[in-house]
Amino acid sequence: MPPDTLEFEEPIAVLLKEVEALSMLPQTPERQQSIEGLYRRIESIRADLYARLTPWQRVLVARHPQRPTVLDYVDRLFTDFTEISGDRRFADDHAIVAGFARYKDEHVLVVGHHKGSGGDTKQKVYRNFGYAKPEGYRKALRALKLAEKFGRPVVAFIDTPAAYPGVESEERGISEAIAYNLREMAALDTPIVVVVHGEGGSGGALGIAIGDRILMHEFAIYSVIPPEGCAAILWRDSGRKVQAAEALKLTAPDLLGFGVIDEIVPEPTGGAHTNHELAAALLDGPLQRALSSVGALDSVTRLEARYQKFRAMGSVGIAES
Amino acid sequence: MAWFKKARKPIASSSPDKPSRVPEGLWVKCPGCSQIIYNKDLERNLGVCPKCAHHFRIGAVERLRTLLDGEWEEHFKDLTSTDPLEFTDTKPYRDRLRVTKKNTGMKDAVVVATGRLDGLDVVIAAMEYAFIGGSMGVVVGEKIARAVEMALERREPLIIVSCSGGARMMEGALSLMQMAKVSAALARLDRARLPFVSVLTDPTTGGVTASFAMLGDVNLAEPKALIGFAGPRVIEQTIRQKLPEGFQRSEFLLEHGMLDLVVDRRDMKATIARTLRFMRAEPAPVPEAPMAAAAAVDSDQP
Repeated sequence: MPPDTLEFEEPIAVLLKEVEALSMLPQTPERQQSIEGLYRRIESIRADLYARLTPWQRVLVARHPQRPTVLDYVDRLFTDFTEISGDRRFADDHAIVAGFARYKDEHVLVVGHHKGSGGDTKQKVYRNFGYAKPEGYRKALRALKLAEKFGRPVVAFIDTPAAYPGVESEERGISEAIAYNLREMAALDTPIVVVVHGEGGSGGALGIAIGDRILMHEFAIYSVIPPEGCAAILWRDSGRKVQAAEALKLTAPDLLGFGVIDEIVPEPTGGAHTNHELAAALLDGPLQRALSSVGALDSVTRLEARYQKFRAMGSVGIAES
Repeated sequence: MAWFKKARKPIASSSPDKPSRVPEGLWVKCPGCSQIIYNKDLERNLGVCPKCAHHFRIGAVERLRTLLDGEWEEHFKDLTSTDPLEFTDTKPYRDRLRVTKKNTGMKDAVVVATGRLDGLDVVIAAMEYAFIGGSMGVVVGEKIARAVEMALERREPLIIVSCSGGARMMEGALSLMQMAKVSAALARLDRARLPFVSVLTDPTTGGVTASFAMLGDVNLAEPKALIGFAGPRVIEQTIRQKLPEGFQRSEFLLEHGMLDLVVDRRDMKATIARTLRFMRAEPAPVPEAPMAAAAAVDSDQP
C-alpha cells in the first residue's frame, strides 16, 4: 500500500497500485489511456469519499503525515520570513515556530505549532511531534508582545496533538504558560487571525489560539481531548475512539455551528496533503479577508469584540431553570 | 493492524484509590495516619485530621463555611447545562447530569457567592468535586466568568477555590473554550488592579490548572494536593516510567516556583485576609445597628 493513503482510502490504494504496475511496463498509447482512465476513477472515488467523511476519518486526515505545516503555508503565501527563537528564560522549543514575515506587502507575525510532518523521523523528533513545552508557549508570547509593540498583525497556525505531557513540562509550569497566554492574548492590542489547519489538540492548541477571527480547515479537528483519550476514560477502552470522535463533535462543520470558529477554509478534494499548492491557494482568500476586516477596526472596538466573542462561547449550552 | 495488541490500562480519573471525602458516619479512618477519628471532631477541625493534619476533600458549601464570616448570598445557582453536544458514552450525559443533580442538590460544579472574609467584602467561587469530578463545562465557565465580572462591577476581590479534574469532555470544544472565556475576563480584572487569589485544592488538574487556577495574583494551595496539567497516568505512558513520590503535589509545585504558599486549611482564611489587605481590599462598612447608630450620634456631641 502506498504510504500516502489512509485506511479508509483502500479503494484508491488499489487503483494506485494498478497505475504503478502499468507505469513500469513500456509505454504505449493504450496503456497511457488506461492510466489516465484510472486516475479519473481515483479522482471520482476520492471526491466521493471526501464528500462524506466520518468524524474519525477526519481525525486521520487532520493527522496525515503529509499534511502541510505552518512553514509550508509560509513558503507559499508569505515572503521575507525571518524566524525568531527562544523564550529568553530557558530554551528554544522547536515545536512552536515564530517569525516575522510579509503577507500581501504587510508585515505580520507568524506563530504556529510544527509537528515535523512531511519530514523524516529525525525532523519529527526535532519538532517533538508538535508537542510544545512551556518554553514554546513563552516564546510565542514573547513574539506576540513584539507584534503588539510594533503594531503588526498576527497569524497563528494551529496544529498540535497536545501540549507535551511529560515531567519537565510540569516542572517548568506548562499550566501557567498556557494560562498566561490565554489571558494575555485576550488583551493583546493587535489584530490576531487564527488558522486551525491540522489538529487542534486541547489546551496545547488553545495556548496560541486566541484571536479575533478563527478560521478552520475543512478536514481539521479541534477537541478538548483526543478521541483515544476520551474513549479510554469514558468507555474504559481506547478502541472506542471512532465512537468518541463522533461524540466529541470535533469537526469544522460542528464547531461552526457551535460558534467556536468563524469560517471553514476549503481544502483540495482528498485533503490538504494531496496538494499543498492548492491548499495554500485556498487559504489565501479567507486569510486576506479576515486580516483586512479585523485590521479595519480600531483597537477599542476590536478588543471589545474579541472579548465578547469568547465571552459568548458556550452560551448555546446553558439554560436557566 | 498490529499483530500483538498492547493491553493498555484505561486512564482513570485522578486518585481513584484514595477516598478522601469526609464520609458519613460517626467514626472515620484517616487515610493519612490510619487513626480512627470521631467525625464531629473532624468537622470541627474543618475536615483536617486532628492527629496528622491530612486534608480530607470537602464540598463547595463546606468550603465557603471555612472561609466566610457568616451568611453569604449565592448567585447564578439556576444555570444548568442543556447537553449541547447530545453526548453519549456508556450512558447519555443527560442522564449523568440528572443523577448528579439529584445526588448533590446542585445544578453544576461550582458555587458562586458574595460574602465577607474577615470583614472584607469578596466575590468567591468554590468548585464541587462531587459534581462530575468538578469538571468545567459551559455552566462552570459561565458562572466563573460572571463571578469575575461581578468582582469588577463591585470593585471587590475575587477568590476562586479550584477542585477539578479539568475540562468536561461531554461538552467537547465548548468546555475547552471556557478556559479562554474565564482567562479573558481575568485579563480585565488584572487591568483593573483588583485582587485575585487562587486557592488550589486536591485535585486541580487539566484545563482548570491551565487557565484560572494558575492566574492568581497569588496562588495558594492546600498541603499535598494533586496539581498538574496532564494526569500522572498520561505522563507515565509518555515517559514509560513510574513517577517519583510527591510529583505534582503542592510541595513540588511550590519548589518549582508555581505557587506562593502551601497553606493549612485552618490558616487559609487568615492568609487570604492578609493577602487581600496588602492588595488594598477595603474593609466592608460596618452595618449600622440601631445601637451603634445611637452611639455614633452620642460621640458627635461635644
